[in-house]
Amino acid sequence: MCLAVPGRVVEIEGAEPAFLRGKVDFGGVLKEVALPFTPEVKVGEYVLVHAGFALQVLDESEARRTLDDLNQLGMLDPPPEGPG
Amino acid sequence: MKFLDEYRDGELVSELGRRIAATAAHDWTIMEVCGGQTHTILKSGLEELLPGNVQLVHGPGCPVCVTPLELIDAAVEVAMRPGVVFTSFGDMLRVPGSRLSLLDARARGADVRIVYSPLDAVELARRMQEKEVVFFAVGFETTAPANAMAVWQAANTGVENFSIVSAHVLVPPAMEAVLGSPECRVQAFLAPGHVCAVDGYEQYEAVANRYGVPVVVTGFEPVDLMEGILGAVRQLEDGRAEVENRYSRAVKREGNQEARRIVAEVFETSSRKWRGIGAIPNSGLCLRPAYASFDALTRFGAQTGEVAEPEQCQAGRVLQGLLKPTGCAAFGTHCTPDHPLGAPMVSSEGACAAYYLYGGRD
Ligand code: SF4
Repeated sequence: MCLAVPGRVVEIEGAEPAFLRGKVDFGGVLKEVALPFTPEVKVGEYVLVHAGFALQVLDESEARRTLDDLNQLGMLDPPPEGPG
Repeated sequence: MKFLDEYRDGELVSELGRRIAATAAHDWTIMEVCGGQTHTILKSGLEELLPGNVQLVHGPGCPVCVTPLELIDAAVEVAMRPGVVFTSFGDMLRVPGSRLSLLDARARGADVRIVYSPLDAVELARRMQEKEVVFFAVGFETTAPANAMAVWQAANTGVENFSIVSAHVLVPPAMEAVLGSPECRVQAFLAPGHVCAVDGYEQYEAVANRYGVPVVVTGFEPVDLMEGILGAVRQLEDGRAEVENRYSRAVKREGNQEARRIVAEVFETSSRKWRGIGAIPNSGLCLRPAYASFDALTRFGAQTGEVAEPEQCQAGRVLQGLLKPTGCAAFGTHCTPDHPLGAPMVSSEGACAAYYLYGGRD
């Protein structure tokens, strides 16, 4: 039920914030998405979409930082030697 | 697909599993609250990658599963009224009420339709002036802004033949209900990332402090979940009980202000009965007086009397993480996805259905 999917904003229309809409690309499938909760979003950015609404603009720098940290797992930062 | 594939990397998932095993020196029980996360955990077999001393128990975070029987009965009653077009997200249709599901109602002639967004229901009302379009507004904090905005737009564009059955529920009061049970075994929570994308995580700080449990905001892909579990295990081993955000690409501490504003404008909190669990104070959302005319149950005078759950069904214990689905005598025999006794066997996010489909650790 709380499934939310990332997609790339390709078009934004409307002037009134409460009725802001746009087209979002989900891996090749374009869908109409309501954008009133992400008025700051720009074409090309990724949003998290649930029930036809964008809930957040995804933060690329945070995403990259998390992945960089993860990719170093087991390489730069060895696991602790046994418990405690 | 960007923002998805990176978080499904099998090698990274296995490495995180090894890291969790190396970190966990004691026995720990961690609850993932959200049914969507339960689904990923079972589908991706993440439990197999965890050491034996780290137990996951599955929480009450399936809005379909916790919608009480009487509310489904009332929805069916409204759907059966002549002139009503009843709209809902797909997952509510098969949930059994005490007599009928919405799908049964459709088989008996009710006009029941699946919509992808509540705005589709408003649009339908706009196009079908001669009908009454009702939307089953089910969901957690994640879905509340969309449903609130549908009501707000209907109110502000003069769509009067639209109304909702509000079945909204809130996560933090449910976590407190789980923690308040004398049988509670949960020592840490994975908090539902998409609920937090809307509502932020300030309110979990109070829960972490009051009950001394770590709360880790976690995403929905396998890497996200393993990272969340690692974060929780680290805190438990260190004796910390903090709120930690492991889904920072989507979640900010304050959540989404615009979304929270519309929810607060349209809805107010109310006591809510959770199927199988009972009433939890301040755990539901109902329409504020200014929007009361959009309440379908009032508009159609639908009854919501008390009805008893099927006796065999242990959904309440399953939803609180007190019993694994396989511990229910009806599991897989009297109760299957084709013939569900309880809601956790209907929704693919329900723990019983997830265990039935993918198997799970006992
Ligand atoms: S297996 Fe079926 S009867 Fe048992 S708790 Fe789950 S839904 Fe209820």
